[in-house]
Amino acid sequence: MLHIKCPHCGLRSQNEFSYGGDATVKRPELGKEISDKDWDNFVYNRKSLRGKHWELWQHLSGCRQWIKVQRDTATHEIFKTLKANEEIS
Amino acid sequence: MQKYSVFSLVKNALSNHENWDLAWKDPTPKKEYDVVIIGGGGHGLATAYYLAKEHNITNVAIIEKGWIGGGNVGRNTTIIRSNYMHDDNALFSEFGMDLWRRMSQDLNYNVMFSPRGIINLAHSDAQMNTYARRGNSMRLNGIDAVLLNREEVREIIPMADFSENVRFPIFGGLMQPSAGTARHDAVAWGYARQADDMGVDIIQNCEVIGFDVSAGKINGVRTSRGDIKAKKIGLCVAGSTNILAEKLNMTLPIETHLLQACVSEPVKPVLDKVVTFGAGHFYISQSDKGEMVMGGDLDGYNSYAQRGNLPTLQHVLTEGIAMMPFLSKLKMLRTWGGIMDMSMDGSPIIDKTHIEGLYLNCGWCYGGFKATPASGWTFAHTIAQDRVHELNAGYSLNRFNTGHLLDEKGLGTKTWIS
Repeated sequence: MLHIKCPHCGLRSQNEFSYGGDATVKRPELGKEISDKDWDNFVYNRKSLRGKHWELWQHLSGCRQWIKVQRDTATHEIFKTLKANEEIS
Repeated sequence: MQKYSVFSLVKNALSNHENWDLAWKDPTPKKEYDVVIIGGGGHGLATAYYLAKEHNITNVAIIEKGWIGGGNVGRNTTIIRSNYMHDDNALFSEFGMDLWRRMSQDLNYNVMFSPRGIINLAHSDAQMNTYARRGNSMRLNGIDAVLLNREEVREIIPMADFSENVRFPIFGGLMQPSAGTARHDAVAWGYARQADDMGVDIIQNCEVIGFDVSAGKINGVRTSRGDIKAKKIGLCVAGSTNILAEKLNMTLPIETHLLQACVSEPVKPVLDKVVTFGAGHFYISQSDKGEMVMGGDLDGYNSYAQRGNLPTLQHVLTEGIAMMPFLSKLKMLRTWGGIMDMSMDGSPIIDKTHIEGLYLNCGWCYGGFKATPASGWTFAHTIAQDRVHELNAGYSLNRFNTGHLLDEKGLGTKTWIS
């Protein structure tokens, strides 16, 4: 069982959360010319790192906020959590 | 090579089974091979076997970080089927079904192929319509499909819950009678033994550290057991695809996720079909030892851990008990996990890459085991001829760029969402 520290609610069990994927993927800017390659990278291509991985989770059965979580994909250890609008340092 | 037969069994019994040949050797890697296959799982072993058998390329090495058959080929729920709707998936899988039917004879190794049939249960009128459509598509591609109504399903699997007040009543199901199961370890060992006999070097405990690429061409691979030169290299590493892709500066439409499976204590024969729950994600069959073999959803987050968490297991087994209430009486014998190379449309990739001599086989999601022979056969063809076969033409890497996705289940890019 993962225990995720929601920045709004505190430590909660994994059951309350749903997963949203890689948090470092940025949507190409609106209104700008986008190359096919950039669009591919945004929609399909993922690094899927082994080790520390920043990812989005939603506290679905709690405050319903999206949050950022830094988790090790090999050990499942969670290092840090951030609010959705906080930048990954 | 010693042929396995009743005569060799009797002969070796007379010497207390102490004189059997080794099934495969443990060679020291050579400096150079014609083809190096990275990954000694089912697909890698099958690829090497078909390279030797179909294309007469025997100067081949399989490089495996751990031991052969220790990854997903030994961790799946052994289901074999070709009940796909889209032509590319259907024709590829049905080609594989023919290879499965001949496999024990071809490999001189009993893979215990058991074409017992698979039933996908439907729990609404809408789902029955969808299954009718899929069944019709399958039949147009020469695959057997039978649409069953509620009573017909009840006759085949009376132990399922047919009571009136259930959340997901059984409306009927789609059956592929020729689908089934096989002994997964035997598949890996059978391919390994034949490949080894034809001259393939199976090199275990050999980790890939890097690649030697120059001027857009692959020249070799750097491993924990030394550098190995090869003009052609095939990647066949399932859940570890992204780790190797990073060493090649490639980013792929693949995410690695965790899938769990489990078996109950062995019980007397109760279920002679593979059955899947249609209102969630749960599948079950009974092994020859009597264990109920079960699996379902991904854990739902990126993972390389090869072990899962209890919430997903609980969720999956809740579906199982809803479908077959007697399961609640069984004790769990064993649970385990494997790491899946989840592609962004749910279909695999067997293709060349932008690097000359580098070939890619990945993206098998939940469906890798049943694809083992067809994947090996088409990947061997792709490597040997340096062009894709028509059977794997749809499994191209650039389909994500061109928009020719093979989205069998209509899940979109987040195939890990359950």
